[in-house]
Amino acid sequence: MIPSAFEYLRPETLEEAIRLLQENSEEAVLLAGGHSLIPILKARLAQPGILIDISRIPGLKGIGREDQALLIGGMTTHHEIESDPEVNEVCPLLAETASLIGDVQVRNRGTIGGSLSHADPAADYPATLIALDAEFVVTGPDGARSYRAENFFEGPFDTAMEENEILTSIIVPAPQGKIGGAYCKAAQQASGFAVCGVAVTVMLSDNGQIEFASIGITGVSASPYRASGVESALTGQAPTAETIEAAADRATEDIEPIEDLYGSAEFRGHLARVWTKRALEQAVKMAGS
Amino acid sequence: MAKAPAAPKFIGSPIKRREDPKLLRGLARYVDDIDLPGTLHMAIVRSSFGRAGIRSVDINALTDLPGVVAVYTAADLEGVGPVPVSGLVPDARVPVQPVLANKEVRFAGEPVAAVICETRYGAADAAALVDVDFEPKEAVVDLEKALAPGAPKVHEDYDDNVAFNWELVGGDVEKGLAEADVIVKQKIVNGRVVPLALETRGVLASYDPGEEKLTLWSSTQVPHKLRTHIADQIGMAENRVRVITPEVGGGFGSKLNIYREEALAAYISRDLGRPVKWIESRSENFLATIHGRGQMGEVEMGLMKDGTLIALRYTVLADCGAYYQYLTVAIFTLTGLMIPGPYKLPNVEMKVTGVFTNKIATDAYRGAGRPEATYVLERIMDIAAAEIGMDPAEIRRKNFPAKSEFPFATAAGLSYDSGDYAGALDKALENAGYADMRREQVEARKEGRYLGIGLSTYVEVCGMGPSAALGGQGWESARVRVEPGGKVTVFSGASPHGQGQKTSFAQLVADGLGVDINNIEVIHGDTDTVPFGVGTFGSRGTVVGGSAVVIACDKVKEKMARYAAMKLEADASDIEFAGGKVYVRSAPEKSADFAEIAGLAYSAMELPPGTDPGLEETHFFEPPNFTFPFGAHVVLAEVDPATGDVKILRYVAVDDVGNQINPLLVAGQIHGGIAQGAGQALEEEILYDTGGQLINGSLMHYSLPKAGLFPRFELDHTTTPTDVNPLGAKGVGEAGTIGSTPAVVNAVVDALSPFGVRHLDMPVRPERIWRAAAAKGEQG
Ligand SMILES: Cc1cc2nc3c(=O)[nH]c(=O)nc-3n(C[C@H](O)[C@H](O)[C@H](O)COP(=O)(O)OP(=O)(O)OC[C@H]3O[C@@H](n4cnc5c(N)ncnc54)[C@H](O)[C@@H]3O)c2cc1C
Repeated sequence: MIPSAFEYLRPETLEEAIRLLQENSEEAVLLAGGHSLIPILKARLAQPGILIDISRIPGLKGIGREDQALLIGGMTTHHEIESDPEVNEVCPLLAETASLIGDVQVRNRGTIGGSLSHADPAADYPATLIALDAEFVVTGPDGARSYRAENFFEGPFDTAMEENEILTSIIVPAPQGKIGGAYCKAAQQASGFAVCGVAVTVMLSDNGQIEFASIGITGVSASPYRASGVESALTGQAPTAETIEAAADRATEDIEPIEDLYGSAEFRGHLARVWTKRALEQAVKMAGS
Repeated sequence: MAKAPAAPKFIGSPIKRREDPKLLRGLARYVDDIDLPGTLHMAIVRSSFGRAGIRSVDINALTDLPGVVAVYTAADLEGVGPVPVSGLVPDARVPVQPVLANKEVRFAGEPVAAVICETRYGAADAAALVDVDFEPKEAVVDLEKALAPGAPKVHEDYDDNVAFNWELVGGDVEKGLAEADVIVKQKIVNGRVVPLALETRGVLASYDPGEEKLTLWSSTQVPHKLRTHIADQIGMAENRVRVITPEVGGGFGSKLNIYREEALAAYISRDLGRPVKWIESRSENFLATIHGRGQMGEVEMGLMKDGTLIALRYTVLADCGAYYQYLTVAIFTLTGLMIPGPYKLPNVEMKVTGVFTNKIATDAYRGAGRPEATYVLERIMDIAAAEIGMDPAEIRRKNFPAKSEFPFATAAGLSYDSGDYAGALDKALENAGYADMRREQVEARKEGRYLGIGLSTYVEVCGMGPSAALGGQGWESARVRVEPGGKVTVFSGASPHGQGQKTSFAQLVADGLGVDINNIEVIHGDTDTVPFGVGTFGSRGTVVGGSAVVIACDKVKEKMARYAAMKLEADASDIEFAGGKVYVRSAPEKSADFAEIAGLAYSAMELPPGTDPGLEETHFFEPPNFTFPFGAHVVLAEVDPATGDVKILRYVAVDDVGNQINPLLVAGQIHGGIAQGAGQALEEEILYDTGGQLINGSLMHYSLPKAGLFPRFELDHTTTPTDVNPLGAKGVGEAGTIGSTPAVVNAVVDALSPFGVRHLDMPVRPERIWRAAAAKGEQG
């Protein structure tokens, strides 16, 4: 429970952080909220020689509004997201998701950028950010580029980010209309991580049909994914109980659910279908009201 | 102004814990808060295998490390005695547990070497560099496989993995079963759980070469036992060892053991002539502090169609782990003693086979053997009720001994002191609105919701206990000193570690001497200052330790009355203590300050006839019997069969712990106890893989019950005093845990009854529930 020795660096600017990463790419690791990294260090599962603390870099933290989108800095904490009035108004689904992460201490320290970069297959945000069609902006030695949420995660603890890049912001579109959203999760009892987390946004057209449905699922497979089969089964349909149920049955189409202490593959697949159905029901209800 | 005899002012009042201000403000001092100059830090190199040979221990990498002072392996500790065990049964195999493993390791986490360094971080780094060449061997993990012919052996010296065989027989079970109308059977697993005291273990040893004395600060429940055994292990005179328990952050039985690290720190401090500190990490706490429970058995019960119980047999494999800790074997026998529970069960039998496995030992964990008994019994009671179509409350009530039948002799050989089991059950059912609950359950089912109602009625054995029944040391000691200025100091041999006896003992003495509670100081946990004591476990602190306090207090009072009589020119038997004064009962205008009389006893200018100076009395209280608290818990839970989620909607408990010294402390104990028991029911189980690796040994993986799991607890009580001690108190430390585990599981199983489910093993986690419901589908 005592980490091995490391050097601690705290750059003041993004450029400096990237330069430090470049200079030490063999042995340096970024430190954000520390709520995934520090436990790993304490268990000596990783023994990096250098930690680069990015918590004091101006501009990496905070929530802003740009046209129809929310702009969230990578160093923004889960608590800031859950309690921000703008997020709660424009995108309550994201606030709700943040509020279900771990416990108060975790939410006070942990950051959205840290969570996404860490890419724990059971993390909560990925499901929601896939459902919201978010974009992740990363900045590296060659400048900034961005990824669609669903293309970012490449496997357990693995992302499309290159070495020496920093996840600097998250852009969350906030379309107008008869929109409803829901995030439902079966939580791992000890940590709160998702054994199965399903995020849904639906938009209803004026005649009450489903204009689009967007579904992200986490915890169930090696990476969070978009449940495309469910989406296509819903688009253009009236949101009847039968339609929803049949669509939800496709929640694990082409997916191989994972298995661990908290659930077999079979159970996870089952949970994905149950929670997709329930999340859809909630979201449709909200969109219609 | 006439004074009536003082009514108790403090006893029975919900006084706030005097311990809390310091705890809440971070001013309490635990072992790790004690800094001695020149302290060295110890880190333990542990086995990373469940079972392996040790080919070599290479410490070359440490040669030039700054701060490393010494490394100890088994070869350096040949004179140090093995870990002490007690509470054995006849013919038990008793493996020797060395303080450091020599040729073989037998559980993951077993200590192999101790690294001593100037800093704690340095010690951790150095320990990581010790290169132990292990030769991994097939581990023994599963209890049934451990007993299969040809299984690998935990101890090569023995023929097999059987640790001990023990049975308890009362009446004639075979005959009883033959006479019964109905026989119900169930296989039941009571998995391993982790005590998880919030403060991990820790020890600081400081040897003074000049005085030739060793002081050991340890996070333990049993300072005097620790002193006796450590002195013995490292070859010192008992009175040259001083054990101090500073603030201790919980134990739940896990610190009722003498552990290897304590002897290591003590020995090494003497060897190096410097203080040595070791603070257990949470990972080590999972690996190398005892686990609780660990039973796997089958219960069989015979009864008549009208619900009358005839016979019960429990045949069980007991998971001992690789070595015994202090009371490993005894815990399983406690299950046997309580197997009849609160029912008239004329024929009972428990057969235990202790099994060695490549795991840390099991030992006492809150309830220690009694929760296991209660769980088995309360589960089979529900199964029996379903079998004969009787309400679970009814079958329980039918088999209780009546209030007038106490003391009640059980077929397991105990004599229950006092009880009114039906009274507690009736009150619990009334508080719960049981009939309405059942109606609500029916209504909910029509809406597709699954509510379950779980009952458990329990009795447990505590106030441990008569010395002869415990194999020695069942008493407790106390000394009460009225100081010359009228303040009162209480020295207790008990060793509270969270229970709040600095408050409750002060209440006892404040009323006993008619003084304000703020004048009373309670001291415990220092073998150089308190009388020789036993410790705190088995819900004995107040029951046995408090009784010693009350009697010592009476002795002081009796002596003080003689001084008062001298001063007030009255008869000692006519002296009354109240409101910080002493009065002559028959002439209340004659009075003196309590402090003034205290002063007289110390100035001793004049002595009452036949009376010595001073006001200090000691008492060793030997209880004539155990005590038997009891109660009834009712749980209403909603189960979602599609997801396996459980929500506890109501928790109603009626506990009878005899007279309550402090209802607030009692409620606190019940709250925590319920939560801990429910934790095992719903979430907790520590798991090893087939290689003997602990696979959920962290708080990210092993779930403790959290506040969000529970509704407000609806607590109530009945009061049936015991005559076993002068307080009439029965003990409350474990009752909640004992009652809650089966109540919660029974509620979940009841909710799933439409699916034909009659039993689920703990923890009843979501997937287990879903599978059970999905397997059978709703049946009508
Ligand atoms: C008890 C507990 C319970 C938890 N429960 C949940 C839960 O229910 N749901 C859930 O989703 N999560 C949970 N978490 C994880 C938590 O959300 C973490 O905060 C989060 O995963 C990591 O964020 P962080 O800011 O703490 O990152 P850190 O721990 O500081 O970093 C994590 C990793 O990401 C890298 N990194 C950090 N920031 C960036 C960046 N901006 N760009 C590139 N790389 C970066 C780091 O180098 C490191 O490798 C829990 C954690 C704990 C300790």
